[in-house]
Amino acid sequence: MSAEDDTIRFDGAPVTFVPGQTIGGALSAAGIVSWRTTRRDGAPRGLFCGIGVCFDCLVTVDGARTQRACLVAACAGQDVRSSDPDEPLPLPEASHD
Amino acid sequence: MSSSTARADVVIVGAGVVGAATAYFAALAGLSVIVVERGSIASGTSSRCEGNVLVSDKEVGPELELSLYSQRVWREDLAEYANLWEFESKGGLVVARSESSMRALAELVAHQRTLGIRADMIDDISGVRELEPYINPALAGGAFYPDDAQVQPLLATHQLLRLAREHGAQVRTRTAVHGILTSGGRAEGVETSAGRISAGAIINCAGPWSGELAALAGVHLPVLPRRGFVLVTEPVPVTVHHKVYAAEYVGDVASSDAGLQVSPVVEGTPSGTILMGASRERVGFDRTFSAGAVARIAASGLGLFPALRDVGVQRAYSGFRPYCPDHLPAIGEDARMPGLWHAAGHEGAGVGLSVGTGKLLAQAMRGESTDLDLAPFRPDRLEGVAAA
Repeated sequence: MSAEDDTIRFDGAPVTFVPGQTIGGALSAAGIVSWRTTRRDGAPRGLFCGIGVCFDCLVTVDGARTQRACLVAACAGQDVRSSDPDEPLPLPEASHD
Repeated sequence: MSSSTARADVVIVGAGVVGAATAYFAALAGLSVIVVERGSIASGTSSRCEGNVLVSDKEVGPELELSLYSQRVWREDLAEYANLWEFESKGGLVVARSESSMRALAELVAHQRTLGIRADMIDDISGVRELEPYINPALAGGAFYPDDAQVQPLLATHQLLRLAREHGAQVRTRTAVHGILTSGGRAEGVETSAGRISAGAIINCAGPWSGELAALAGVHLPVLPRRGFVLVTEPVPVTVHHKVYAAEYVGDVASSDAGLQVSPVVEGTPSGTILMGASRERVGFDRTFSAGAVARIAASGLGLFPALRDVGVQRAYSGFRPYCPDHLPAIGEDARMPGLWHAAGHEGAGVGLSVGTGKLLAQAMRGESTDLDLAPFRPDRLEGVAAA
């Protein structure tokens, strides 16, 4: 069993987890309690409700934006990012008429 | 129960945005004001809406005039408080799917311009895409209304009441009105769960429940709830810049159809979420979640913004829009029961119309001539009219 079997990467740094733990659980266990800020006032946010309702604990997981850290199970090798991918949604194609 | 009787010039029933605006302008005018609310502040329709302050969706007539008047009150009388309720003059963009819809929209715009509404046709979709890069490129074109605006309705309600209190108003929540005290055919006060309040004017600001309140005074006021759902997406980078809706929305607002109607209204918020509406259906006060209504809202919104296809929905909420059979609010003293006033039935425009309504009522209660003629809104016009 390699060391990576129980490790995710959070903003590039390794964070260990135990099987069954959510990403939010793993981050909290590692002492990381805040990982995003509100868009307007820059106030810190992390786990709040912890049960998938409040959407305060959003992270980007393997490129998928706005995942709730409290619901997504940690698994080996995951690339978790604290920020939204800033690239905008793909623009629609112009119509050809 | 308290047996003492409180006294005020004005008792306002309902602490939604219309009651809050009326309390503010009445208190500002020097009247003593008590607001009673059976729940908490903004616990009804005012917390289950989008905070629209629109001119684009009004058809010709008294409601349009009230909209324009209320716009001026938001922008001028209340200018110094705009940040308190996140007043955002985001502009409205009405889009049309077909050339025939474009022609109808062009007629509406031409007419609205003669009435003082700022509006500009955008004759092809490339012009629309300059305003909204994510708009469906298969649409035909649209019209832009720079004065369409939005406020955060919970903040607006709370802050208007706070300002009213600064001018001496009292706000009593968890206080239900059980009866309207009358004498000699005149309303003179209210019986509440915390005692009596006598007042020279009782103002019915009970939103979709205003018909029930009027009935306590034996007065017929056919205001009924029309349920509307709003979807909230997960936050995304800024994708929708204005309030964007389909030309059909104006027709749905004015319709009296009982069945489910859905016309897309899509807008971004400062927090990154996107709001999608709007459905209208007459189901009484049924709060049951309707997957059918919500699915149709999502589908119609994607018709405007296909790029939202992979954006998740966080939640949906519904509210009850209080409407009168003729789609005009009832504003003013009730000729059938002097002393009883109404400010009710603003349907989906209550936030936008609230401050104009409140200012006009304050003028009327002081016996002044009103800035706008209230005759078209006379409550007794609805005598004998069945709730539709």
